[in-house]
Amino acid sequence: MSFPWAKNYEPVNPVMRFFDEKLPLPRFVYNAVGAGYPVPRNLSYLWNFGVLAGFCLVLQIVTGVILAMHYAANAGVAFNSVEHIMRDVNWGWLMRYAHANGASFFFVVIYIHIFRGFFYSSYKAPREMIWLIGVVIFLLMMATAFMGYVLPWGQMSFWGAKVITGLFGAIPFVGEPLQVWLLGGFAPDNAALNRFFSLHFLLPFVIAGAVILHIWALHIPGSSNPTGVEVKTESDTLPFHPYFTAKDGFGLGVFLIIYMAFVFFLPNYLGHPDNYIPANPLSTPAHIVPEWYFWPFYAILRAFTGDLTIPLLGIQIIPAKLLGVLAMFSAILVWFFLPWLDKSPVRSGHYRPLFRKFFWFGLIPTMLVLFWCGGAPAEEPYVMLSQLATAYYFAHFLIILPIISSIERPERLPSSITEAVLGTDKPATAAA
Amino acid sequence: MATTGTEELSGIGSDEGASGDGVRRRDFIEIAAVSAAGVGALATLVPLVSQMAPSKDVLAESTTELDVSAIETGQAIKAVFRKQPVFVRNLTPAEIEAANAVDVGSLRDPQTLAERTKEGHENWLITMGVCTHLGCVPLGAAEGEPRGEFGGYFCPCHGSHYDTAARIRKGPAPLNLEVPEYTFTTDTTVVIG
Ligand code: HEM
Ligand code: FES
Repeated sequence: MSFPWAKNYEPVNPVMRFFDEKLPLPRFVYNAVGAGYPVPRNLSYLWNFGVLAGFCLVLQIVTGVILAMHYAANAGVAFNSVEHIMRDVNWGWLMRYAHANGASFFFVVIYIHIFRGFFYSSYKAPREMIWLIGVVIFLLMMATAFMGYVLPWGQMSFWGAKVITGLFGAIPFVGEPLQVWLLGGFAPDNAALNRFFSLHFLLPFVIAGAVILHIWALHIPGSSNPTGVEVKTESDTLPFHPYFTAKDGFGLGVFLIIYMAFVFFLPNYLGHPDNYIPANPLSTPAHIVPEWYFWPFYAILRAFTGDLTIPLLGIQIIPAKLLGVLAMFSAILVWFFLPWLDKSPVRSGHYRPLFRKFFWFGLIPTMLVLFWCGGAPAEEPYVMLSQLATAYYFAHFLIILPIISSIERPERLPSSITEAVLGTDKPATAAA
Repeated sequence: MATTGTEELSGIGSDEGASGDGVRRRDFIEIAAVSAAGVGALATLVPLVSQMAPSKDVLAESTTELDVSAIETGQAIKAVFRKQPVFVRNLTPAEIEAANAVDVGSLRDPQTLAERTKEGHENWLITMGVCTHLGCVPLGAAEGEPRGEFGGYFCPCHGSHYDTAARIRKGPAPLNLEVPEYTFTTDTTVVIG
């Protein structure tokens, strides 16, 4: 769908006319990311991150398919095959550093994209489906990145695989057989490495499919915008091309400068040095940490140190280990319910004084504390801090947001996007 | 009539064959066909799911034979069983005494040392070297490694302390270190698995 004033595709070039008649792909592109797709004129740079995430996915697929041409998924040789990529394969070092840092930057981009959604409540009607698919994409990304990190078969690969598959062992009754089934053995070994490679190859294409659904769902109501006021008239919008292709292109340039600075000058900064030690099933590294993008959730996992028991009777209901696992998964699953937890009719945080305070002084510091604790050893004060932050995290979504949305008095909204941009509802005619 | 062919055909699938309660004779064959196909589809799940389980070569490595004659009192070794570490420890009399002095009822996973060893071989503490929290290898089996606050094993990952019967005493791990199935085939030979 699009707005009634969206321009129609009129091929001028006879080749394109021929093509469009037989297979309307040019028309499809024109209406999706071309001049035929009107978007709110006031989109800020925070709206660049969707396109950037798409770029990262393509980057990971291209570099990944190349790595797969040289990589050997066998526990005996995997580590050496990655070193072979680094030392012997022409430009192999670039492909590997681009892929490993590409994963990190993919998460930077996606975290900004998700927190943009939190601040502007992009999850609200009519965009719930876009949000739900987005959370699914995030879960798929986490699975993909986890399995990718196992492939080089270093110490962190091995022990990360062991700890994460160990989480499934916490599930009552079926846990242990489930863990053996997932690994195809009693500990991570060749069987696990091979299936992780197969799935690591597959999942990005599943993500690509989910991205198509995500964008399809987006194109029905169209993008939201920093005011959260819906598009009303043609003067509220601009065609995607050339206005936002240019803006996204500029953002992509900035992104590439920062990303390439890491690839060329700090290629191992975001990784862990222990992963350059070949996997050793008999010796655990002193301090097992996942990749940085999992730290907030890892902190929630480790925040549960005591069993849930019936007070006084001392009957254990849920052991600490299972509590941690449930909490870690719930921390993401709770996002699925956001459209129904935050009932305020106003979307943008710019017009919600109370919401804004809890966003900047509640949610954001909490995420930073969780992030910091997740990368730290499991000692005090980190354990206590993670416990407090975990409590706030869940309270924010389950208690604070619903209360805010019922007691808050939003500020006055502009009557239209045009008014927000120009200070008047009348479209600019002469030079403005 | 000349048009019988089409008329008969158009009767198929309409309600003409239905008895009073709306059930058609054809319903039976439809349900039977879909059910048979459904059972077949479900049956294909068996190979699809079970191919993920440990293969025969993995299972074939599932016993380990050890000669423990060289392990002196107070020493421990790490062996490998199903690609996972096993700790074999020759307890000192003091360690046995310390383990027996504990009030079993106060333990998170109540077990006596006797329940965790074999009769006649009470000094041999044989356990998996896999922390019951999230699967790290605890320290304390090799010379010079920290043995934790209770003199047994210490898991550095999230700080679980095990005592001289490898029972969980402090930290997040829910259970004692697992005692694998094993038998003493001679006084100095152990078969694990
Ligand atoms: C969603 C997209 C993807 C993400 C987030 C991702 C993430 C990762 C990560 C974190 C690593 C470990 C890097 C290291 O420390 O060396 C990795 C390795 C690897 N990935 Fe991916 N990947 C993605 C897509 C792909 C695709 C599409 C393929 C192949 C078709 C692929 C093939 C590989 C291979 C062969 C390795 C092992 C070589 C190495 O460790 O550098 N990846 N991936
Ligand atoms: S794995 Fe041993 S304490 Fe967590």
